[in-house]
Amino acid sequence: MTAAIRQRVRPRTAVDRFLTFLRFALTALVVFGLFAFLVQQFVGPDNPLTRFLNEDANRLDWDAFRGLLVSGLSQGSMYGLIALGYSMVYGVLGFINFAHGEVFMVGAMTGLITSNKLFEAGVWDDAFPVAILIAVLVSTICATLTAVLMERIAYRPLRGAPRLIPLITSIGVSFFIQNTSALLLGPGAKRYPLLPQWLRDDRGPTWLRIGGQKILVIVVAAAAMAALWYLVERTKTGKAMRAVAEDKEIASLMGIDVDRTIVTTFAIGGAMAGIAGILWGILFGSVTEFTGFLPGIKAFSAAVVGGIGNLGGAMAGGLTLGGSESLAPQLILEPLGVTGHTQLKDAVAFLVLIYVLLVRPTGLFGERLSAEDRA
Amino acid sequence: MTDQNGAQPLLEMRGINTHYGAVHILKDVDLAIYPGELVCLLGGNASGKSTTLKTLLGMVEPSSGEVVLDGEVVNGKPTSYLVERGVTMVPENRRLFKRLSVLENLELGAYLRNDRDGIDEDLERVYDMFPRVKERLNQKSGTLSGGEQQMVAMGRALMARPRVLLMDEPSMGLAPALVQTNFELIQQIHQEGVAIFMVEQNANMALSIADRGWVLQTGRVVLDDTADKLLANPDLRASYLGEG
Repeated sequence: MTAAIRQRVRPRTAVDRFLTFLRFALTALVVFGLFAFLVQQFVGPDNPLTRFLNEDANRLDWDAFRGLLVSGLSQGSMYGLIALGYSMVYGVLGFINFAHGEVFMVGAMTGLITSNKLFEAGVWDDAFPVAILIAVLVSTICATLTAVLMERIAYRPLRGAPRLIPLITSIGVSFFIQNTSALLLGPGAKRYPLLPQWLRDDRGPTWLRIGGQKILVIVVAAAAMAALWYLVERTKTGKAMRAVAEDKEIASLMGIDVDRTIVTTFAIGGAMAGIAGILWGILFGSVTEFTGFLPGIKAFSAAVVGGIGNLGGAMAGGLTLGGSESLAPQLILEPLGVTGHTQLKDAVAFLVLIYVLLVRPTGLFGERLSAEDRA
Repeated sequence: MTDQNGAQPLLEMRGINTHYGAVHILKDVDLAIYPGELVCLLGGNASGKSTTLKTLLGMVEPSSGEVVLDGEVVNGKPTSYLVERGVTMVPENRRLFKRLSVLENLELGAYLRNDRDGIDEDLERVYDMFPRVKERLNQKSGTLSGGEQQMVAMGRALMARPRVLLMDEPSMGLAPALVQTNFELIQQIHQEGVAIFMVEQNANMALSIADRGWVLQTGRVVLDDTADKLLANPDLRASYLGEG
């Protein structure tokens, strides 16, 4: 009711018209691209439409499609894990912690150091499950500590300041961590030890063969999510976190220690990013001090796509983003004859963000908040 | 000040001054709440009523003076310290956690308690008191009607097993019929032995159920008397409306 009253009638401006045009143009692009793809698949690439759009188009076979889908999902679940940290901190403090990508990088870096040590000791090849468990533990602990220190040193003194100030600070923190890493470990890419052959083998029935490491990534991410869901929805700590996210003053009136709850939030977000860091190592095998940047920004986009502040949304946003950046180049861009479509992964990821912001600004699972509820 | 046979006050303010920056809000305020009584603090807008509550609960630091709980000075202690020792507040406009379920709201009221059995017992007590709350336990509290939300807010406060309940403007923003129900609920809670410190603008309503009252005007206590005498006092209206 109040929303109806608040909605003032505003004349449509040129900007509004441009945005409507963008909405239609992007929707048309997706629909027409998918149509061209279906024609190419079912009529065969040698029809006039397909040849007109793209002379070199080929049918996409199931094996290739499956490969793209699985890498999309495994990368997407990693984005989802990182996105949780953005979303949780936003929920509790109302600002975007842009240094969260670096927490992920610290996880990947410390995971790398641990795995290389374990490799030298021979544990990596002889007892891989033990080695990976140790690596996950170490990188989770280091990432958690980084997140907690970050809150204590950089953000807590700014509590109560306008939200732009911690936001800018977080960019500074991000540069600080990147350069500290370059200083301590030297700049440039560092390699994880090779995964044991039995893990890299494709598994599953013939029509659904998936690389073992991708299965591992998806399973670990799913387990971490489930644990987080349980913590937030079913425990006293989680209840306190949700209470603090909604109303700090009343939460402290219940006797909740607001500062401690905020630290817990950073710690949990950091742990998730740490796990994502080691998963990155498993998927891509190499880390640099800039590793946190692009996945960080994409995970932030995933959090927004899913509806920032919403934990299920962060996961769904991650999968959506990972899936589309992996599939869309082949499914939409290639049939349309876009040149260099395989290089356009990142562009696709951010187009998804723009598209969601245009059509559903609250994100997939975001709730429409009234002005008084908005932090 | 009324002395109840030399008994020790439960919660006290002694010569409290509170500032927000350079603005002097509370000026030399003295209050004492004794166990089991129902008292009210009256005052118009911006008279310092809410600041009094925040100072009592340690959410605002006074610039001078003492907040005393059971004879112990509690200035500078965190709010949780007071909540743990039986001081609880029902905030103005209820302020439920709207995205949390009714049950979760009630459980948060008992956040500092660890006696599972006692908590279950108190939950049952709240259900007895507000049968309608029990029907909506798993609903998000933001979807409840105003009256139901008021019940949850009181239930949430009772879950802390308070000895003194601070009520911030219980008649605010409610339909007249609900205000009546609300005051009946307050009396009902009072009859269970909980001391009530009520902050109100609605002087007639508050004084009709209170034992004693104070009138606060621009941060200073200008009247301090029993409820009957305050109701009969011709100065009440004048001082209250800032005309005095």
